[in-house]
Amino acid sequence: MGVSSRFHSVRTGGKIHHLLRLTALVPALLLSVLVVAGHGSPAGAAPGQEPTEAELGDGGETAEEEEARVCAFTKAQAIEVNEGPLGSSIWGRLCQVVDGAPTFAEGVTISVAAEDGSEVGEATTGPDGVFIVELPGNGIYSVTLDVETLPEGMSLTDEDRATLSSVRVRLGDQQVAFRLGDDGRGSRSFSDYATVVAKGLRLGLILAVAAVGLSLVYGVTGLTNFAHAELVTVGAIIAYALNAAGVPFWLTVPMAIVAGAAIGWGNDLVVWRPLRKRRLALLSMMVVSIGLSLALRNFFQIVFGPEGRRYTASSGQLERSYGPFRLTPNDVKVIAISIVVLVLVTLLLRRTRLGTAIRAVADNPDLAESSGIAVNRIVAVVWALCGGLAALGGILYGLTLNVKFDMGFLLLLSMFAAVVLGGLGSAPGAMLGAITIGIVQETSGLFVDTAYKFVVALLVLILVLLIRPQGILGQRERFG
Amino acid sequence: MSFIDIIALALQTAIGFQGASYALAAVGLNLHFGYTGLSNFGHVGFLLVGAYGMAISADQGWSIWVGFALAIGASVVLGLLLGIPTLRLRGDYLAIVTIAAAEILRLVANARPSEPLTGGSRGIGGLSAQLGFFRRNIFDEPFRIGDVFVISARDQWLMLWTWGLVLVFCLLIGLLVRSPWGRVLRSIREDEDAARSLGKNVVVFKLQSFVLGGVIGALAGSLIALGDGSVSPIRWVATLTFALYAVVILGGAGTVWGPVVGAVVYWFILDAVEGVLGNLWFDVSDTTVGAVRLVLTGLGLMALMVFRPQGILGSKKEMLASGR
Repeated sequence: MGVSSRFHSVRTGGKIHHLLRLTALVPALLLSVLVVAGHGSPAGAAPGQEPTEAELGDGGETAEEEEARVCAFTKAQAIEVNEGPLGSSIWGRLCQVVDGAPTFAEGVTISVAAEDGSEVGEATTGPDGVFIVELPGNGIYSVTLDVETLPEGMSLTDEDRATLSSVRVRLGDQQVAFRLGDDGRGSRSFSDYATVVAKGLRLGLILAVAAVGLSLVYGVTGLTNFAHAELVTVGAIIAYALNAAGVPFWLTVPMAIVAGAAIGWGNDLVVWRPLRKRRLALLSMMVVSIGLSLALRNFFQIVFGPEGRRYTASSGQLERSYGPFRLTPNDVKVIAISIVVLVLVTLLLRRTRLGTAIRAVADNPDLAESSGIAVNRIVAVVWALCGGLAALGGILYGLTLNVKFDMGFLLLLSMFAAVVLGGLGSAPGAMLGAITIGIVQETSGLFVDTAYKFVVALLVLILVLLIRPQGILGQRERFG
Repeated sequence: MSFIDIIALALQTAIGFQGASYALAAVGLNLHFGYTGLSNFGHVGFLLVGAYGMAISADQGWSIWVGFALAIGASVVLGLLLGIPTLRLRGDYLAIVTIAAAEILRLVANARPSEPLTGGSRGIGGLSAQLGFFRRNIFDEPFRIGDVFVISARDQWLMLWTWGLVLVFCLLIGLLVRSPWGRVLRSIREDEDAARSLGKNVVVFKLQSFVLGGVIGALAGSLIALGDGSVSPIRWVATLTFALYAVVILGGAGTVWGPVVGAVVYWFILDAVEGVLGNLWFDVSDTTVGAVRLVLTGLGLMALMVFRPQGILGSKKEMLASGR
């Protein structure tokens, strides 16, 4: 399995019983590609060169280790095949382990495109599964495997991963992986449907945790905050940094939530409160939030790097059966944590004096102020709450996928869809909307091509605005 | 590279095709945001349909004029499709729906099942050969001042078209906003309820502005496709819309020539920064340079909106009055 050294070191933490893997992974034939980009020195991978990697899903690491052993393909071998030294190039071998022996995929087209999308090279694998694509120079490329050309009986596990983008060709070796194997096309059992719904619920609950704050802030200040995405990302990144520094993952969660809350509060103190004082128009504030989002997201890219990274707790996750649902232990934890947190938030808003004050400010700030509520303090508390919840949402999302500088931005549109669907400004609405969007998005993969998954969620958003613009739980009079 | 060279190169980008195409796209956005107060955060969607209209025309073996027609037609349809449900709602809804729609278009163009039409993630190439755009070039000599400031014949041809369209639409918008129609637009921006109470059908006016600005954006997209010679989905990300906002606000939202000044100044600053970063005593990777550019764009956008919302050309009084 083409995985980087760091990826390995992170993943050796998991201990999976061999037998368990076999039972859980019967359909998951892993077919991996080792893409190694070299230019001169074959020295070890430089730090910060984590490859774009396939989603882990139900992959067992012993299977990957077996593949790394059986399918090993070194630079020396590549030079031999090339009958000469390699310049800037992307090369590798398509290899699948069947019953402990390597099988090579012949005649598969691999194309490489530059960052602007123009194609710079193409190669077809030979009988030994080897391909070499010569490149014009070092840089960032995307590598595409033409799924149509795969031999009979082989397919990508996740068709979205036929293209690996942001492959950096620089000095030193690096590896990326296409994950292939049975993707469950063909006949589906009840358990498959149940599992998809459960995964939709998982996504929906994560969205709910992340998006409640967006709705609360809108409620008390009227601001549609595009930089909310970065509050989500920053929580995940802080947890990753602590985790990488040696703090056990589950201990980093409360720490990152506190940090997220502090950042949310600071956000209000430094940026938004002064702007409210200046009586900046809401449209202008929206533009400010876009600027903030753009600046922060790219700042994260500079600091954190463009690669996706994983928590130690993400490693060695195998799907198990929970009734009809096949989920990983992490999925179950994510679902449980989200439900507890959402219940707590609802109780806070419904049953405490603070919650009553928040709802009063959201309803009518002037009236709240004149009834003796310290509006600015309530707004600050809401921002802290928003930051903490967004951070938790980011961590949970990072746990199911990976941590990346633009992860929040990728979630942002789904969050907006959720918040609008539920009714802008309504916290229970945001939760309901998020769960709906999550389930719709995941289950839509059963009916339409998975590439259109996001599109379905966004279409739901547009339809809602046509039919019931105030959302499920929104108030009618705010419109028009 | 000397300081003079960096400045010369930055100037070349600013007044060249890069600056021109941003100016044209920003003229459309300015009609939305600057004159009508519409928060269109998915302007890149219009550029995308324009670019793909041109590329699909080339791919099917049709002419450049069919490409422009497709671009205009598709952007009108997109404008109506997005405008009719959202323009009667508050501004934030338009913002969310437009950014979502632009993203939908990009994802659909990128998806594998769309490959027969859009080429999927690889996009469509070979536009120049198919359309023969550069065969009609009336320039044959590169224009040069010194060794660094060189504008190729190809770029001159692109610049003639793009700056030409910028000029046409700036003049058109200049006339329109001085007409009764333009006054209604500005009154909608200032106070929609007041405009409505005077018996104006504000939704129709907003829709007209939205469609016209979208068509201008689509033409900018078509020209970018012609300039690149290819289209691919990754070029049409939301970041491009945000950069256009920076351009519009920098130049002066709600002014005729603001987008032009904004585009030139924006590209001059960015390219100069890139030139400086590329010539430091330590190595800065391309990814970092790209990210630094966007950090600056974001911070600049914030600072402008807060401290100088009228930009370079606007009047502070006009921008402050917009109370939404």
